[in-house]
Amino acid sequence: MELSHETVRAIAELAKLELTDEEVERYAGQLSHILGYFEHLQEVDTSDVEAITSVLPLKNIMRQDIPQPPLTPDEAVANAPDSDDHQFRVRAVLDE
Amino acid sequence: MSEWTPIIGLEVHAEMLTRSKMFSACPVVDSVEAAPNTAVDPLSLGMPGTLPVINQLAMEYGLMVGLALNCEIPPFNQFARKSYFYPDLPKGYQISQYQYPLAVNGYIDITLENGDIKRIGITRAHMEEDTGKLTHVGHGASLVDYNRAGVPLLEIVSEPDIRSSAEAEAYARKLRAILQYLGVNHGDMSKGILRFEANVSVMHKDDKGFRTRTEIKNLNSIRSMVRAIDYEIARQIKLYESGDTVKPATLGWDEQNGKILIQRYKERADEYRYFPEPDLPIVEMQPEYVESVRQKLPELPDAKKARFMDVLGLSEYDARQLVAEQAIAHFYEDVLAAGADAKSAANWILVSLFSLFNKEGVDRETVNDTPISAANLAELVKLVDSGTINKGTGEKVLSMMWQTGDSPQAIVEREGLAQVSDEAVIGAEVDKVLAANAGLVDRFLAGEQKLFGALVGKVMGAFKGRANAQVVNKILQDKINERKS
Repeated sequence: MELSHETVRAIAELAKLELTDEEVERYAGQLSHILGYFEHLQEVDTSDVEAITSVLPLKNIMRQDIPQPPLTPDEAVANAPDSDDHQFRVRAVLDE
Repeated sequence: MSEWTPIIGLEVHAEMLTRSKMFSACPVVDSVEAAPNTAVDPLSLGMPGTLPVINQLAMEYGLMVGLALNCEIPPFNQFARKSYFYPDLPKGYQISQYQYPLAVNGYIDITLENGDIKRIGITRAHMEEDTGKLTHVGHGASLVDYNRAGVPLLEIVSEPDIRSSAEAEAYARKLRAILQYLGVNHGDMSKGILRFEANVSVMHKDDKGFRTRTEIKNLNSIRSMVRAIDYEIARQIKLYESGDTVKPATLGWDEQNGKILIQRYKERADEYRYFPEPDLPIVEMQPEYVESVRQKLPELPDAKKARFMDVLGLSEYDARQLVAEQAIAHFYEDVLAAGADAKSAANWILVSLFSLFNKEGVDRETVNDTPISAANLAELVKLVDSGTINKGTGEKVLSMMWQTGDSPQAIVEREGLAQVSDEAVIGAEVDKVLAANAGLVDRFLAGEQKLFGALVGKVMGAFKGRANAQVVNKILQDKINERKS
């Protein structure tokens, strides 16, 4: 399956990546190649295989609703590149 | 009406009132009141190396809601990652449910203005985690507080079965009441504990399918929701009628200016790249467990209403008003438990207490925090029903109870308000009134029937309203009849 340049640009946008035209060309080829493997897998007859939603052999692993002490606000922002009065400071998102 | 029919669906986000977060033991706090980032842990902050673990109680609360909304509970549900980049999500994805939600195919029955029942379908209800809170501070910066990030959140999606803002309001109020009755959410919209989003489109009478819909967010009260929906319906009809089109968009409601703001146009459908959350195993809903939770559900509004009608003999209208808010329903039951008659108590609450609340600007949900306790209201109802005071005096006592918080018995004794029913005492006063108003009596006897009321008023006035109205009527009638003959 050949991915169009338009699709590659859409994927890049979702992943917040800026691509040059050259890169779009290159990744279109590479991504199409990867998709080719999946097309190959789809050739396997799975009509008598039961569908699974998870590969974990587990279910219903839950905890009781018992709170534990949280981090202190100082600890919370200790690794933040930028903070202000114990809040994380980020670039404004104009979307809203 | 017009050639256009509104098509409305509601998406509701309800935080579940657990003590810890959805996927970690981090405490849940009031995210409006608490200082920023005082209720966060490594998982809430999306730190590397952390792993989520499902909160069992949150799942049980979600299941309770699903059952209360008459949903089917699939044999298992599964969490999925919903990917998008926004600073309120520290991980770059929200853990939600997608293909395998907790509950599907339910409904809520709402009562329309004309008394008819309409069924609104519930498409699904699924568990997810709430996001953090952004504050835009200008200078190209925003501040993020993650106290709310990871709080258990149930999303409840209705079918597009709603046809007016009034139906949307009835649905919203009913759903809110159900959540409150279940004790899983206290229904506070101003704090964002409960959030409504409306999907709105309009359909022309000649249309075969749905038209483009828009999504309204930022609805901080049911009243805002009603105003926003009405505004958006009118906006869309106006666009179509002027030959324009409606573009898919996310809209925000500006309550202060009473108008819609277009937040963003959606150029293409949102692409969240959902996939099963690899860090969480599926949750199996065994039938025995589901049944045990169903058995534990409290009495819900519809059942309570039916009981008020069947057992207490209330009218449909009265029963519906009483169960509409859990606080009022419980208050009413407390008044009955204190010995008041069911119909009298219903009447006092729905008429006198509510008009007092309206006058004083009291939210009905805070009924238990007012100076008028259930025990005192029950005492008032009994004082009136037993004839110790009359209805009019009862109203006065009620407003004195509001002002002082005193018991009605104490007020009646202090103010000397007990009703006068003694026929000799009333008869003497009637004689005086008849003697002093011979002109009125003559005109009444000559056929001016309505003057009887004026005479009653004069007698009642002499007793400052405390006379037994039935006795006054009877004696006045008797004494006038004596004159006739």
